[in-house]
Amino acid sequence: MSSPLLALFGRELRIARSVGGGGAMGVVFFLILVSLTPFAIGPDLNLLSRIGPAILWIAALLSTLLGLDRLFQADADDGSLDLFVMSSTPLELVVLTKCAAHWTLTALPLIAAAPLLGLTLGMEPAALAGVAASLLAGTPALTLLGAIGAGLTAGLRRGGLLMAVLILPLTTPVLIFGVASASAASGGTVPFHTPFLILCGLSLMAVAGAPFAAAAALRAREA
Amino acid sequence: MPPVEARSPNTQALQGISAKGLRVDRGGRAIVRGVDFDLRAGEALLVLGRNGAGKSTLLRALAGFLPLREGEVQLDGGAEETSLAEQAHYVGHADGLKAALTALENLQFWARMLKCASATALSPEGALEQVGLARLGDFPVGYLSAGQKRRVALARLFVAPRPIWLLDEPATALDVGSQQKFAEAMAAHRAGGGFILAATHAPLGLVGAKELRLDARRARDVGGAA
Repeated sequence: MSSPLLALFGRELRIARSVGGGGAMGVVFFLILVSLTPFAIGPDLNLLSRIGPAILWIAALLSTLLGLDRLFQADADDGSLDLFVMSSTPLELVVLTKCAAHWTLTALPLIAAAPLLGLTLGMEPAALAGVAASLLAGTPALTLLGAIGAGLTAGLRRGGLLMAVLILPLTTPVLIFGVASASAASGGTVPFHTPFLILCGLSLMAVAGAPFAAAAALRAREA
Repeated sequence: MPPVEARSPNTQALQGISAKGLRVDRGGRAIVRGVDFDLRAGEALLVLGRNGAGKSTLLRALAGFLPLREGEVQLDGGAEETSLAEQAHYVGHADGLKAALTALENLQFWARMLKCASATALSPEGALEQVGLARLGDFPVGYLSAGQKRRVALARLFVAPRPIWLLDEPATALDVGSQQKFAEAMAAHRAGGGFILAATHAPLGLVGAKELRLDARRARDVGGAA
């Protein structure tokens, strides 16, 4: 990474850590979602351990999207985005860097917390490892897909809900293969690596394509 | 002793900007139409006009935020393969500062983001001193007044020197002393061969600047006929 992008990455981390930056919000939301589920479903440990991977994945999906609508909105409001568009650093790389910072801030704590929360759902050790591995492989795709929606709604007031409506259908494949590989880790007919490799492929596709889509959306914001 | 390559060779310096027949649309309507201007190094252009005449639209189009519907801008000289936007600073209504970071952190970030190897670049601390805010460097921008924020935004012009300054009402919220200081900075920029394109209602103290009058009604009439 070159110096401008490193500077941008550092700035994102510093803003998130400051008051009102909302850096820890995603993981707290994740924690609440997962701990609410047993209250809704009841104390049937067999059922909970069977649907545990699905609960963790849905909670991860929602909490990843939670902070994403602010990804470009804050910069659009204070004029920083204009300066990014003007700078000699390609906007695609700016988008990718901001996504990397957002992923580090929200997805990484979430991946670390997932096995602990899985324990409270009565999941087996193999399933816990499977969930953590599948989240590690799948969350980059969620962040990057969300960045497209954030780019499209950057100029709008109350764009957050619109962004979720636009992006949630697109995350379906990630959710399917994420839960499939997490469940496959604790046994079943499908070997673990089949859905896991597809999940990795989805993330790589998102890394390759989403920055261009999001940057195009940001450039077309005003025209 | 400064290194020899600190002076940029003359072939690299931007000699002129000329625009012909610029037209910018917003929401399907021609906001700016038939704009021509020609600037040589050291010259300034004042874009004048009533509210809604398209002053900001013109500057935003020159900065590359809006597409030019017609016309073209040509650069004479300057670094090869660089667009006008990459050689320009834009100071608009929004200051581009993060309220949670200190003034110094904001400037340090922009200095690195707008990477500039020029020898005339001031350090972030020096730029803050230039705008008279040296004492407030470690103060979060969120606590500064509107005029002080604007001065931090203007300090960005000094940490990464670029030949073209696109200024949209740059003196908003500035007190008399700061306006005077900024006029001196603009004069120094022009003396060094820089360009200034400013949209303003208040006098900026630009001596001998060219004027470009935009007329909202004319642009719309012609746009409707086309």
